[in-house]
Amino acid sequence: MNFEIFIQHLFNGISLGSLYALIAIGYTMVYGILRLINFAHGDIFMIGIYTAFYGTIFTPLPWWLVFILAILFTGLFGIMLEKAVYKPLRNSPRISILISAIGASFLLENLAIVVCGGRPKAFPIPDMFSRVFHFGNVSVLSLTFYIPIITLIILLCLLYFINKTKTGMAMRAVSKDYEAASLMGIDVNKIISITFFIGSSLACTGGLMWGLKFPQITPLIGIMPGLKCFIAAVVGGIGNITGAVVGGFILGLGEIMLVAFLPALTGYRDAFAFVLLILILLIKPTGIMGKNLTEKV
Amino acid sequence: MKRIYLSLILVVSMLSSLFLAGCSVKEKEEEAQNVDENVIRIGVFEPMTGASAAGGEMTVEGIKLANEMFGEVLGKKVELVIVDNKSDKVEAANAASRLIEKNKVSAIIGSYGSSLSMAAGDLVKSAKVPAVGCSPTNPLVTLNNDYYFRVCFIDPFQGTVMANYAFKDLKAKKAAIIQDVTQDYSVGLSKYFVDSFKELTGDENSIVGMTSYNTGDQDFTAQLTNIKQTNPDVIFAPGNYGECALLIKQARSLGIDVPILGGDTWEAPEFIDIGKEAVEGAVFSTHFTSEAAVTDLSKKFMDAYKKKYNKEPNTFAALGFDDYLVILDSIKRANSSDPQKIRDAIAQTKEFEGATGYITLDENGDAVKSAIIKKVENGKFNYLDTIQPK
Repeated sequence: MNFEIFIQHLFNGISLGSLYALIAIGYTMVYGILRLINFAHGDIFMIGIYTAFYGTIFTPLPWWLVFILAILFTGLFGIMLEKAVYKPLRNSPRISILISAIGASFLLENLAIVVCGGRPKAFPIPDMFSRVFHFGNVSVLSLTFYIPIITLIILLCLLYFINKTKTGMAMRAVSKDYEAASLMGIDVNKIISITFFIGSSLACTGGLMWGLKFPQITPLIGIMPGLKCFIAAVVGGIGNITGAVVGGFILGLGEIMLVAFLPALTGYRDAFAFVLLILILLIKPTGIMGKNLTEKV
Repeated sequence: MKRIYLSLILVVSMLSSLFLAGCSVKEKEEEAQNVDENVIRIGVFEPMTGASAAGGEMTVEGIKLANEMFGEVLGKKVELVIVDNKSDKVEAANAASRLIEKNKVSAIIGSYGSSLSMAAGDLVKSAKVPAVGCSPTNPLVTLNNDYYFRVCFIDPFQGTVMANYAFKDLKAKKAAIIQDVTQDYSVGLSKYFVDSFKELTGDENSIVGMTSYNTGDQDFTAQLTNIKQTNPDVIFAPGNYGECALLIKQARSLGIDVPILGGDTWEAPEFIDIGKEAVEGAVFSTHFTSEAAVTDLSKKFMDAYKKKYNKEPNTFAALGFDDYLVILDSIKRANSSDPQKIRDAIAQTKEFEGATGYITLDENGDAVKSAIIKKVENGKFNYLDTIQPK
């Protein structure tokens, strides 16, 4: 393997990794604030892609406006989902909420099959995302540059929002102890809604980038990215936003490099993610960036 | 107190649902007994959702059309029982056993996808219900199974056709393969392409790269980067239309500009929708073309299809159409709706006039037919050539 080929693989890996990172941020965000693994995240992601798809097909609006509207719509959809599926169970054991999330996930998938049909659709790609740059023998899609940049901007904005703003402080308070937070005059319902809004609109942003990179959309499109990004979030330390980005990159780069250097193992590509998950749970259960949680008595 | 109410409601609702379910089963049983004498049921199991949804849906369109045009046999109405096998091997086995056990069908049509058909192979064999596949091209579907037949050609032929095309028409000396390891269709077709390409070139090392992926994968850049290094003259990529469209798109953006060839699964409108200009020039073998109508029935089929669905007819609809007619013809010849008798009649199908050509089943239950080569040009599947079987 020569240098150019290695660089090509590296770009491929960064491109995929940053996409995982982008979706994992939304996953980890909801978990970090509410201690709730939102298994329907992958399906919110799917709703976002379909909204943008039908938006560009049925409205005369320019693509960027459709994308922004889709992101806002998906955010609102996330709030609605939370009110319908999670809120009634807020004081129930964690396991009930988890089951409720899985149920919601199946419901959304099958609803999408009924409404949109099982056949795949082609996601429309604006020209600026499909340009190809050549550096010698290395070819890079313009999208490969956009996704990491968008991921980093979102990461910085979120870190600022959570650490420096009042709402962010309220979020951190809710994540520490939500009963105490409500006693201190924090409107917990509002904070949870905001969390879901941000998490779901991030899922949509990730979905749009996914659609631009892999323009084949089906109602079950969210399952695999949902699982992989959940793993990315756990590897990075679930609840930690920077960790999600790190986990996403590890997963994406690892997958590409596995196929690149051990071509015989191509068929076990998805297994790589699960092996990584098991290893991290054995070695450092809190994830790479996760803090050690010690129970105080 | 609240809990007691809740559990009471739960118990009541569970009991009532049991009661209702019991009633409906009873009703259905009665209904089945009443109708059975006047109706012949043909089961259809096809992928209507999942990775092969487009292929399955197109096939079902053809079957439904045939059922509308020829809805009666032996003075009885023919009823289709259509089940979705979700492009999944386990679901395919479930679907087939449901058709046999619950719906008591006389014969089965399906499925698109060799793996899906093979999942039902043992079931139809032990239940002694004949099944006729529309487009599963892997030889193993009918091998050692007296109850599985098909109306399409098989992969040893298809693989040879494409290897010949690569060697003679494209003057290729080196080929690379990208196969879907989870699909028997893809693995089988690759093997036959490799065998005959090696024979044609007379060079054991003419296959310079062999790499694989799984159904549902979206990113093929790593495999393609490895393939690019080997500088092939042509790439053979049999697999689902969706994955292959993405694969070709990524190959082009990685700067791989050699011709890419495939098999009959590519013929879905989604292949062009997803691949856009990247799939221009892609060449594949298939079963049917509207440009070269072979029989009188082809013409009838094309007109009826256009009228019903308002679009150009395609390979899979034509195969579904033929599949239904072969079964209908066999029921007529068997003069019975008994699965065993229908099986014996299907096995003797000779020179049956279908929309895709004249169908004669050989000793394995496979149709011996010509192959069509098509190329994507200006966003359309264009007819290139017809290859006769030897």
